[in-house]
Amino acid sequence: MLWDTLILALREIRRHVLRSLLTILGIVIGVASVITMVTLGSGATLQVTEQISSLGSNLLMVSPGKRLGPGRDSTAPPFKLADAEAVARDISNLAAVAPAASQGATAIYGNENWSTTVTGTNNQYLKVRNWAMANGRDFNDGELRAGSAVCIIGDTVRKKLFKDQEPLGKRIRLGKLSFQVIGLLEGKGQSTMGMDQDDIVLVPIHAFQRRISGNQDISLIQVSVSDGASTEKVQDDIERLMRERRHITANEEDNFHVMDMKEIAKMLTGTTQILTALLSAVAAVSLLVGGIGIMNIMLVSVTERTREIGVRLAIGALEREVLTQFLVEAVVLSSSGGLFGIALGLSACFALKGVLQVPFVFNPGIVIIAFLFSAAVGVIFGYFPALKAAGLDPIEALRHE
Amino acid sequence: MVLTEKSLNQPLISLKDIRKIYGTGQAEMHALRGIDLRIEEGDFAAIMGPSGSGKSTCLNILGCLDTPSAGTYSFKGISVNELDRNQRTRLRRNYLGFVFQGYNLLSRTSALENIELPLIYRSVPVKARHYRASQALEKVGLKGWEKHTPGELSGGQQQRVAIARAIVTEPAVLMADEPTGNLDTVRSHEIMELLTKLNREQGITIVMVTHEPDMAAYAKRIIHFLDGLIESDKKNGRVN
Repeated sequence: MLWDTLILALREIRRHVLRSLLTILGIVIGVASVITMVTLGSGATLQVTEQISSLGSNLLMVSPGKRLGPGRDSTAPPFKLADAEAVARDISNLAAVAPAASQGATAIYGNENWSTTVTGTNNQYLKVRNWAMANGRDFNDGELRAGSAVCIIGDTVRKKLFKDQEPLGKRIRLGKLSFQVIGLLEGKGQSTMGMDQDDIVLVPIHAFQRRISGNQDISLIQVSVSDGASTEKVQDDIERLMRERRHITANEEDNFHVMDMKEIAKMLTGTTQILTALLSAVAAVSLLVGGIGIMNIMLVSVTERTREIGVRLAIGALEREVLTQFLVEAVVLSSSGGLFGIALGLSACFALKGVLQVPFVFNPGIVIIAFLFSAAVGVIFGYFPALKAAGLDPIEALRHE
Repeated sequence: MVLTEKSLNQPLISLKDIRKIYGTGQAEMHALRGIDLRIEEGDFAAIMGPSGSGKSTCLNILGCLDTPSAGTYSFKGISVNELDRNQRTRLRRNYLGFVFQGYNLLSRTSALENIELPLIYRSVPVKARHYRASQALEKVGLKGWEKHTPGELSGGQQQRVAIARAIVTEPAVLMADEPTGNLDTVRSHEIMELLTKLNREQGITIVMVTHEPDMAAYAKRIIHFLDGLIESDKKNGRVN
């Protein structure tokens, strides 16, 4: 009986192909949007997690201000080089400490110029960032102490300034001073936040402070904890040291922040998750609209087929059977909309994978939920029209023109 | 709804003082004012009368599509008055066949599938359904037209399909509401001959409403309605 009903529903849908397609369009768009949002969202979350874990779980970032992200207190005094030196000297179990100060600057070589970010740091920076050198060498101690005019350039800067030429040994101008290129960094690609990580020029911190920024400020101290040592313990140690150095009394809050990678990961994935949820909620509204479309068409269908319903009731169809017939028809409509939507959403994600550089993460849970939800939309919005059909008086229905 | 020994001794259909009132108060309309009628198995009764005489109302009540306002209706000993909507539907499904003036076939559905429709509601398996439907189609003289949809059939052929749909369940009674109302004279006579044949050869009881004396003449018995009452109820002399 149910099989017959299903065949009947499919036949009825086949009779009005265009109308049925238009009817399910709302569901298709809704399901496709939800699938796309969630799939891209999980892809982005995975990407963030992967990138952060590639930085190493033993990285700590010490920055002035209460915390990163929104509500960051920018009035907090910046660090000085002495702070980084104190950390390196007084805290145990550290593999590397790299102070960093950055500023935008134009790099010029010959006729080429390129706006980039210049970061002043020391020769621990690459170790902390888990970054390898493609060619050349790191700063030596003498250059660091003297603040020599030498630099290490990222892959993007190399491409923009040197094209196919060999950059090592050439001199590029940053601000008023010319720096000799001594090293080339390996390409790293885009960061989680969509920034080009290779668009960078590293110079010795003293050279940066004296020639480029003109002050003694450090914006970030990056610390790499030795393997096997407790990150929490080192984090506590640094906090205690910094409170002391920055003369914070016991009842005052920190005006700096020590962040470990877990915290950064949580912050970043939190953002993508909230965004995914919001966009999915918007997409879900179109499912509701799609459901109303199905109800509309089912009501039209009931009116159109009043005589048919009359015949069925007269020759012995129970109310329940007529109800089932129309309900099945609505569910077949909505769930085929769901299937189309799932296919469309997944192919959209697959197509966008390259454009957005977000990995494709197949999420079977959301696919099943989307399908069940679309079927449920059919039941909910098909029920009223089906009830109307089943409740018809056969005599009236047979007389209907 | 199992037939008991007792019910076998009763007439197939027995109406006692059936009344039907539409509307209330000033707008009250008495469609039937007290009908007494017995129809035995194998009968072929034609109900005649002018418009508004209550003949269609009576057929709807006989067909368990409508309920009387007063009076008792017993079908094979079953008191129809006491049945609810679903029980009446089951009674129609198991014992009654319907032929309408407007054929009422499902459009864009093949003749065979139209005939199978009542068998689907009786949960007859697919194979048996096909077999019984083609048998019924053969009985109405449309062998070879199985795949044709109503749009591809003439009015007379459509009515034959409708009759096949009504008899495929081997009903106790065939209710026909102006079965020739939409047909020309030649087709009308063909349909009536078919009904007569079914009545004579298959023993199917037929109750037919018509306002054409020519068509009523095929019946064994002619009942005249006037203003909600039976005016006359005679054996048809023309029938052998």
